[in-house]
Amino acid sequence: MNQQEILRYSPKELLNIYPFLEAFFAGQSWILKLDQQQKLGLLLEQVDEEQQEDYAFDKADFIGQLSDFISQMETFMGKKDKAVETLMVLPGQNKSGEAETFSELIFKTQTITSIVGPTGSGKSRLLADIEWVAQADTPTMRRVLINNEKPDTSWRFSGNKKLVAQLSQNMNFVMDLSVIEFLELHAKSRMVANSDELIRRIIDAANELVGEKFERYMPITSLSGGQSRALMIADTALLSQSPVVLIDEIENAGIDRKKALKILTGEDKIVLMATHDPILALMADQRIVIKNGGIYKVIQTSEAEKAMLAELEKADQKLQLLRMSLRQGEILAE
Amino acid sequence: MNLVTISGPPSSGKTAVTIKAAENLMKRGVKVGAVKFDCLHTDDDLAYEKAGIPVKKGLSGSLCPDHYFVSNIEAVTDWGIKEGFDLLVSESAGLCNRCSPYIKEIKAVCVIDNLSGINTPKKIGPMLRMADIVVITKGDIVSQAEREVFAAGVYAVNPGAIIMHINGLTGQGAYEFSTLLYDEKIKIDTLKGRKLRFSMPSALCSYCLGETRIGESYQMGNVRKINLDEKA
Repeated sequence: MNQQEILRYSPKELLNIYPFLEAFFAGQSWILKLDQQQKLGLLLEQVDEEQQEDYAFDKADFIGQLSDFISQMETFMGKKDKAVETLMVLPGQNKSGEAETFSELIFKTQTITSIVGPTGSGKSRLLADIEWVAQADTPTMRRVLINNEKPDTSWRFSGNKKLVAQLSQNMNFVMDLSVIEFLELHAKSRMVANSDELIRRIIDAANELVGEKFERYMPITSLSGGQSRALMIADTALLSQSPVVLIDEIENAGIDRKKALKILTGEDKIVLMATHDPILALMADQRIVIKNGGIYKVIQTSEAEKAMLAELEKADQKLQLLRMSLRQGEILAE
Repeated sequence: MNLVTISGPPSSGKTAVTIKAAENLMKRGVKVGAVKFDCLHTDDDLAYEKAGIPVKKGLSGSLCPDHYFVSNIEAVTDWGIKEGFDLLVSESAGLCNRCSPYIKEIKAVCVIDNLSGINTPKKIGPMLRMADIVVITKGDIVSQAEREVFAAGVYAVNPGAIIMHINGLTGQGAYEFSTLLYDEKIKIDTLKGRKLRFSMPSALCSYCLGETRIGESYQMGNVRKINLDEKA
């Protein structure tokens, strides 16, 4: 639909054709009522100089943006992008300008990669390279390929298509909404139709991860640390559009970390995890060691390490049980 | 010289993001200068100085800060050219959420943060709507879902903009942002004759002229009354 055509429709008619315009119209509610029957062209004609000043409104600018928005949303919704199946990082250099020695680094969906290295070693630089789908145009000179191809620049610039979703220990919910309202809002912003079933699955999945279950009507800001983290993980797994999930540590309290990772990989995510916890690091299929701004080593988790993981998990379970007994006021014994 | 105007609500992270981006450019040998426009007080010039960026500070005091900005940006640009900067960044706070101190054909960046509330994109007028690049900060402390909802809100208000997430503390994303700020091919010699992207609010009433008393009989000039009868 071009600019001329748009003007021949009323806001109500436009909304029927393009339900996503609700958010766009909401910003201009002084002139556009959602149920307005008058043609947009006529409505705009009625806007006088003073109103334009008052509402900081520019007709040409408005109609241009509206038509941009419609065409972008149409491409966004119509075009089913090929799913991201692999992400490949080709070597660049470290902070001293020395070439990285790995040949290629591959991240596949449903796999977990842990990232280790001291603070300031370049972990966030690696993540930024991935987020920006670097093409030898960042300080590390690395290149990132998606599905073995040089990716489209829309990964860099578009507001509703981001490659990486993040989960970190420092994150909090800040919106004053209940769990259900919050998930509905997120689903709406993603233009998910019939979100009820999906929302139910998210809540169930989150409750699978925590000891104490939460209810859908609870305010998100009142959830415990573990419940919040569980909801964030389930929501990111099932409702985030980003194919890659970066986790910055998962604390060991109040949440089943193994199940959490399973939810993410089960939803075809590529999971990257910055951690120094041996249990988490060994749950990964491979781990990257970062040193002096460069990727120093890529280690595949060996059978011996996997065997060690079993031991560690046993010890961890024991600790968890002791913690639970302690909470219930019991005397601790072997 | 390149000129970029950066604006955004107070405390959204404009200075932090700008300095982080400038540091990346300086490493590449780009000479960066800055000017900070504010209303009553700012220490941001010290932050620029500490980062080794030559800076001028302008306080509008009793004047409308955005009017002050337009009246001075030309001279400031001349200063930047004289100093031999490759890039001059003009940073100003959007104080009334109405103005867009953006100039046609001059790159305009709006910085807003995830903590400012989901309806904020709708409330900020031309400052957000007419920006070329929208930088969203403080994404490290809210949930991924909230980041996505907020970005979708920004997108609905300004579908044409490049939307970027930057962490002003760690600088994550700042390198990438810096590559969008500077273009060797752009040469700005003067701002004379350029136009604002949007007109600024007009008001000339007795209070503009220093009146402090409250009451109908003290109000003169361009005065408007709230409508208390109309149903909202």
